[in-house]
Amino acid sequence: MKAIIRVPALIGHYVNDRLWRLGFASRFLFMILIQSGTCLIRPRLVLREAYFIGVQSLIIILVSGMFVGLVLGLQMYDTLERFGSGEGVGTVVALALVRELGPVLSALLFASRAGTAVTAEIGLMKTTEQLSAMEMMAIEPVARVIAPRFWAGIISLPLLTSMFNVMGIFGGYLVGVLLLGVDEGIFWSQMQATVDFREDVLNGIIKSVVFAVAVILIAVFEGYNSPPTAEGVSSATTRAVVTSSLAILALDFVLTAFMFRGI
Amino acid sequence: MDIWVGIFVAIGIGATVFVALRVANLASSTSEATYHVTAEFSNIGGLKVRAPVKSAGVVVGRVTDIRLDTQKYVALVSINLEQRYPFSQDTSATILTSGLLGEQYVGLESGAETENLKDGSKIILTSSALVLESLISEFLFNKASE
Repeated sequence: MKAIIRVPALIGHYVNDRLWRLGFASRFLFMILIQSGTCLIRPRLVLREAYFIGVQSLIIILVSGMFVGLVLGLQMYDTLERFGSGEGVGTVVALALVRELGPVLSALLFASRAGTAVTAEIGLMKTTEQLSAMEMMAIEPVARVIAPRFWAGIISLPLLTSMFNVMGIFGGYLVGVLLLGVDEGIFWSQMQATVDFREDVLNGIIKSVVFAVAVILIAVFEGYNSPPTAEGVSSATTRAVVTSSLAILALDFVLTAFMFRGI
Repeated sequence: MDIWVGIFVAIGIGATVFVALRVANLASSTSEATYHVTAEFSNIGGLKVRAPVKSAGVVVGRVTDIRLDTQKYVALVSINLEQRYPFSQDTSATILTSGLLGEQYVGLESGAETENLKDGSKIILTSSALVLESLISEFLFNKASE
């Protein structure tokens, strides 16, 4: 009898807990937006975070983009050559990168490289009561600590995505033109004829901005909301990566369904 | 630190511009002034919106809209042509396929008339897409009647 009552209670508790967290995250986003004035008055705060979040993620983004482009070039050439259209390799690489792989992969890398760092840093600040100390000195921690990281993330990820795309296309160029001997002019002209600025490039940029908001919001929220213990910080960091990766993939499906439904 | 962030943002914007110009070829597309004409086809095959419109192999415009005219049950295809390419009023439009399996496009062939197509005018002379099934059935019927 007791078990019959307990099972729905457990489910109810679980659902309630999730809903509560979602609501709290939305309110947290609202709070960040309200407290963002400080970032405008003191842009150096954002600049400092952009260095840690954006510039220090450069290496992993550039190297990954390069290798994704190289592999994509090799694989696509192999398949396309069976249909006698190996010159199309530039088109396929560019379209795949600009529409899907660029935004998604760089957001996933960004979540694991920069998102975790932000979560751990804020979690540790909370554990060592630095955030409480700020509040004691009448400094709003959301304005001083959270908002700069939030905006730095939103600025950094779309830029990193563009660099990822360029490196990927360069990788495709290396494999296609230099290694496999596709004609350089056909490589570029086919790409230019197929890739549309509004349809493909702009939609890719919109995707990366949406992913940036999701990733950095989850990162700062998990950090700010972590239990103030060593264990709490570690589980918050794990949760930040898992949640933001899943959010990226789910959002990507929704955005793709709206953007590229075909005619 | 400022320098690094500055370089980072500059490279990022540079990368976006590169993708826009070099990959999507933004500079040489769109901005051109266009005029709008329509054409009726009894069958458009696999023609799609945004398919190119070519004359003598040169891209002169794009298909902007395809719909079914429920009065005559023909396909009504809207085409945007670039302003710098005038075509005579008796221009003929054909739906062609690039390569054996390639995409379909609209081919224009200018006529002899001195008056040119204007914005909103209609191309009268059209011939439809080659549909493989009807071609085969025609061939079979001809064979059978022999």
